[in-house]
Formats: sequence, structure tokens, C-alpha cells
Amino acid sequence: MALTGLDIFKLLPKTNCKKCGMPTCLAFAMQLAQKRAELDACPEVSEESKNTLAAAAAPPMKLVKFGTGETEVQVGQETAMFRHEEKFHNPSVLAPTIYDDLTDDQLAARIQAVNSLQFERVGEQIGIKAVTIINKSGAADTFASVATKVAASVKLALILCSENPGAIKAALGSTASQVPLIAAATLENVDKMAAIAKENKCPIVAKGASLEDLETLTEKIKAAGVEDIVLSLDTDSLKENLYSLSQMRTLALKKAFRPLGYPSLTALIGGDDDSQIAATSLICKYSGIVVLDTVNPAVYLTLLTVIMNIYSDPQKPVQVEPKLYSIGETTENSPVIFTTNFSLTYYTVESDVEASRVPCHILVVDTEGTSVLTAYSGDKLNDKAVADAITKSGIEDIVSHKKLIIPGYVAVMSGKLEEATGWETMVGPRESSMLPKYLQEVWG
Amino acid sequence: MAIPQVAQNFAGSVTEVTLGATAENGGTRTSTVTIGGAKNIVHAGTPADSAGRKPVIAMDVLDVAPTDWPDELMAQYADVADDPAAWAKKCVEQFGADMICIKFDGVHPDKGDKTAEDAVKVTKDVLAAVGVPIALWGCENNDKDNKVMPAVSQAAKGENCLIGIVEEDNYKALTAITLADGHHLITGAPLDINIAKQVNILVTDMGFPAEKIVTFQSTGALGYGIEYAYSIGERQRLATLAGDKTMAMPMICDVGYESWRVKEAKLEGVPEWGEAADRGPMWEATTAICLLQAGADIIRMRHPRAVAMVKSYINQIWD
Ligand code: SF4
Repeated sequence: MALTGLDIFKLLPKTNCKKCGMPTCLAFAMQLAQKRAELDACPEVSEESKNTLAAAAAPPMKLVKFGTGETEVQVGQETAMFRHEEKFHNPSVLAPTIYDDLTDDQLAARIQAVNSLQFERVGEQIGIKAVTIINKSGAADTFASVATKVAASVKLALILCSENPGAIKAALGSTASQVPLIAAATLENVDKMAAIAKENKCPIVAKGASLEDLETLTEKIKAAGVEDIVLSLDTDSLKENLYSLSQMRTLALKKAFRPLGYPSLTALIGGDDDSQIAATSLICKYSGIVVLDTVNPAVYLTLLTVIMNIYSDPQKPVQVEPKLYSIGETTENSPVIFTTNFSLTYYTVESDVEASRVPCHILVVDTEGTSVLTAYSGDKLNDKAVADAITKSGIEDIVSHKKLIIPGYVAVMSGKLEEATGWETMVGPRESSMLPKYLQEVWG
Repeated sequence: MAIPQVAQNFAGSVTEVTLGATAENGGTRTSTVTIGGAKNIVHAGTPADSAGRKPVIAMDVLDVAPTDWPDELMAQYADVADDPAAWAKKCVEQFGADMICIKFDGVHPDKGDKTAEDAVKVTKDVLAAVGVPIALWGCENNDKDNKVMPAVSQAAKGENCLIGIVEEDNYKALTAITLADGHHLITGAPLDINIAKQVNILVTDMGFPAEKIVTFQSTGALGYGIEYAYSIGERQRLATLAGDKTMAMPMICDVGYESWRVKEAKLEGVPEWGEAADRGPMWEATTAICLLQAGADIIRMRHPRAVAMVKSYINQIWD
């Protein structure tokens, strides 16, 4: 939370000694609040005030990084409760489990499955960014050997999961350079775990049964010299998790409550694949890292799309490149449809064209990412814009006809458009969902 | 350091709405549902004080056999697709639907052009076949809906149904008849919170009680605009909590239709995306659970496995 000039003034010596170059402490405070001066310019300020000011300048939720190089991921530093207020900054990280009690064959298969959880959808790469290695065997050396194997065969950030400091220490022997996230410090092991995190310069999960326990843990971990902390509530109840996650986010952002100003990790362990879909709620409502117990690609494609959508920028209409898209086995006789470059509009039309099974050319007109009606009323969709798109796309060399299907909502454009382009216009349906029927009847 | 208190008290809360009328109240329903009542943002505050009523699932029944449903979805209804009454019974008895939403696709001029008499028959058959509350959803062609839906409303008089949708430029006929027949009304807007507010004002200006309205903000499927529906849902809830009575209604979403249209839900033969049989139901369930985070109270759905996933989620959070 930013301090006002007056807040800062209260922390200054109020002697007006002018050593800072300002006539008064108040003037200096005002400069500080506007970030036009550095606190160091005042030689008289107390250590205590310095610390208070530094803490106030820090973001309300800490940014935590783990992994290294290409596999580095970051979570936290969120500043909004609702995505419409401001873009959520660091997309949730999904991290499937790998248990250390698997046979060699099972382990190899699991690693292969984990490695396939990368997808391309609507022109973007999406995928898991971390993996959770769990010390189910209870043995430190088994855990270390599985961690070593996994670390060597995935390009993902690692989460090392054991409450036994000895096992974590053993696993870090070969993986510390990859900066794994240590999971977890509990009330029982916090001193040892925090020392290991400090020694290996790794971030650490604080795992407690209540917000009070988490507060105690983060204070202890911080006191041990580790700043990068992730919070995890020790409960199997999804309900308790969701209510706590909301409370923690509110406390961090609205109350500047530092001991809970960290990103969160939630694990959905056990249950069948269908039960893992509940992770949707954890992505929407404030879990920075979600550990999942399945490797079913359908679950990940679905949940990664949730992340893509919820973490998208609410201010920026998502756009597709304005050009010609050919759907299916098009020929020179295939119909030509135009639509706008608002990605939602485009992908809806694309989906409906695919459903029609009639191969089509979709000509995407640059309307600065607005939908058909909005673009039309804002004069971003007019005869000139469509004529431009026709010329740039080279469609006249691709098809042998000059028939253009126009969205039903802008039927009024027909006359002018025909004049501007020399193409014959055909008025298509108003709703994209009627396209399959229209295409089958008119072109099928 | 003591954990600070987070303020819990807001000026407004979501209106509680009860749908369906049992014999006591002049209907023939054997159960009713009550929705709404939330006093905070979803998952904020404490479950007992803030969460409100449990959201419900209204399963879609079409008045005509679907022709464009993906195989995975169609397979669930192959035996009942031509018989709305049997279809509704299957949804309630086998799939645990809290409500049935009859979607009158077949009356659309381009999709069968069925008559008001046809629609009335379907309504009566479904009312006779199941005891849960019913939503009656037009074909979304204004002229046709204005002809058909008044007859449908009348045929269901006394049953306290949920009827829709009315929009900014087409609300008078249906609002008047819904009021006369004692049903609840769905007001619709195209992902625009100002229009949503405007429709609610227009409808209440006609004398329709605000506490008998459910809003429909339009729905985008996961991957295809869900973030717009999501943010409008959250903004509606915030307006409600701030005391805006013109936005304090429960919210309905059309998840079944929207999610089964999208490529990811139905494309077969892409093993790297997982089995299509998993993906479709998961896509539908995820779209629903996402919108529940934004404050949805009634979710229209289609696939029984998706319904089971969402019910399991709802039961974990609201029980
Ligand atoms: S140097 Fe410090 S104490 Fe002296 S006037 Fe400036 S702010 Fe005040």
C-alpha cells in the first residue's frame, strides 16, 4: 500500500535541518511520496522508520520464483481481487504429481505422460510448467534418486514434496541448482526446513492448518532469512481452501497484512479424473500453484484454457491476425465469408464453419479487435475496410468467383460494399450458430 | 500479530427466488428450488453467513430431436430425443436434474417452425412427466417467441415457472403474460451490464416485481469468451452488494449449448488432447464451475457426466 506524503512525514525526524536539500521535512516527504527523492538523502532518519518505509514500498503480495533458466516460473505479486479491475499478473502454474514409490517402468511412463502435457490452442502454446515429486516411500534415498531422475528428464520447474528435512536435503543434493520449491515447512519441522531453504537458496512452502499457523510459519521462515514463501493450507476440504484463499488475498491486498502476503499452493490429491475439474475454482479464486493428481491431457487442456481466459487482459480485446484463413479442403469454388478480427468473433465463426463441414475461406477484416456490431457502429467495419482486406488477402487470385457472404447484422452494408469491391454480396445469417445450416443449404 | 478483521457487511444481497409451485401453492410440482441469497462475493466471508442458497442445475430438454449435437452428447439421449416427456424424466430420475429447461428450438422459423400448439403440448407433457420446477426458454426469434411463448406461459399457469428471455428491444408481450400467469421472468442482455440494468428497469416499470426476475447476461464457453461472462457476473454481484436493487437478481447461464458448440469439446481423433469422451463433459463442467465462481445461481447443462462433476463441486462448497 502506497503511503501518502503525510504518512511519510510522520516517520521523519521533523527537525527541518535541511540536510536533504529541502526546506522542511514535510517538503521532503512530499517529494518522497511522488518518488522524486530517495530516502537516503536524509541522514537523520531512524532505522525503524527506514524499515517501515521499505516495507510499505514492497508489493502487497510477494513475487516468488522457482526453477531456473528456461524452466523458471513465477507466481504471486497479484494486485487485484477481480480481473476486471486489473489484469491478474502471474498465471496459475499446474504441477502434476509423481510419486517416488513407482517402479522404474511406472516412473518412465509417468514422466512421459507429464512431458506430453503441452498444447497449442488458438495459436498459443499452453502447458504445465512444474512437476510435484512426492516422497510417498518415506525413504530419503529413494526420494533423492527419483528426484534426480525426474529432474534429468523434464523441462519443468520442480516442487519437492516431503515433510522430512532429511529427504529434502538428500533430493537437493543433485537438484539444488535447479532451484526447486521445497514443500513443505510445518510447525514441527520449520526450523530445519527453513535452514535447508536458506542454505540452498530455494523458496519454501509454509503448510499450516489455519491462517494463524501460516502466520506463525511465515514469521519464523522470514526470521531464518528466507524471503520467498508460498502458503498452503493443510486441509482436504476444497471449501475450506477456497474460503481461506479468498481471505488471504483480501488480507494481503486490502489490509496490507504482510505475514500472509504470499502466493498460495493448493493440491487436489486423490479422486478420479472428473474430480480434478474442481481445480477450476482454485485457478479462478486465487491459487498460484495447483498440484493435480492426474495426467489425463483432457483435464489439462481444459484447465489450461481456464488459466488462459481468467488471466487475459480485460482491457485488451484479444485479436487474431487480419488475413485470410482457409478452413477445410478449400478450392477455387469455396465460399468466402468475412468477419472481424475480434478473436471471440473469429473463433466462433471458425468453429461454426468447421461444424458445417463446408470448406470456406474466412476473410478477417481488421476492426481493432471489435465485434461485428460494435465495429460497424464505430465505423471500423465499413466498405473501405472490407475492400482493403480483399486486396491485401489476395483472395481474388485464390477463388474464381466474386461472391462475398456478409454477416446478417450488417446487411445494410451490401450496396456500398458491392460498389467499393465489385463483389456480389450475399447476406448470411445474423447469428454465427446458423452458419452450418446456411452454408449447407446455399453452398452444400 | 493478530490477523485483521475483513469487513463483512454490505448494503445489499442477492434476492432469494423460489421456483415451482406445489399443490399447496396451486401447482402440481412435487419439489421447488430456492436460489440466491448470497451476501458476499463467492467464497468470501464465512460459508454459513455469506454463501446463500445452493446453485442448481437445469437440464435442457428440446422440443425437437437435435440434429447437430456431437455424438458423445447425442448418445446420452438417443432413446428419448423424440420424446420430450421421456427425455425430461431421464434427466430428473437418472441424472439428478434440479430443474428442467425446455428449450423451444423447434419453433424457430429455420429449425422446424413448429406452432404454438406444438409448444403447448410439449410443455404439458413435460409438466406431467416430472415434478421438478420448469424453465421455458423461447427460440430467440422475437416474432416467433411473441406468438408462441404467451401460449406456453398460459399452459403452465399456476406452476410458477421461469420464462424467458426478454430483451431490451423485445420485452413487453412476454413480460405482460408472465406477470399475468404468475411466473418468474428471465431478462437477457448481450454481455453488457448497462443493458442488463436497463432491461430490468424497463420490465419493473411495467409493474413486474424485481424479486421475480432472474438475469441472463449471455454466456461464453470456456475458451470462447467465458472471461467476459465471468467479469460481468462478478460486476453484477459487486453492484448487488453495493445495494443496487436493479442488479440484485440471481443469475442463470446457458452452459450446455455454448460449451458443446466448441471445437475442443467435440473434436475426435486428437489423442494428444485426451479422449473426446472425456473432453466434452469436462469442457461443459469447467465452463459451469468457472461461472459458479462469478456468482451463477442456475446453470443450464446437457451431459450427465458434466452434471455429476458440477453437482459434486457444488455439494463440496455449499453443503
Ligand atoms: S534531512 Fe531529514 S530531518 Fe533534515 S530536513 Fe531533510 S527530511 Fe528533515
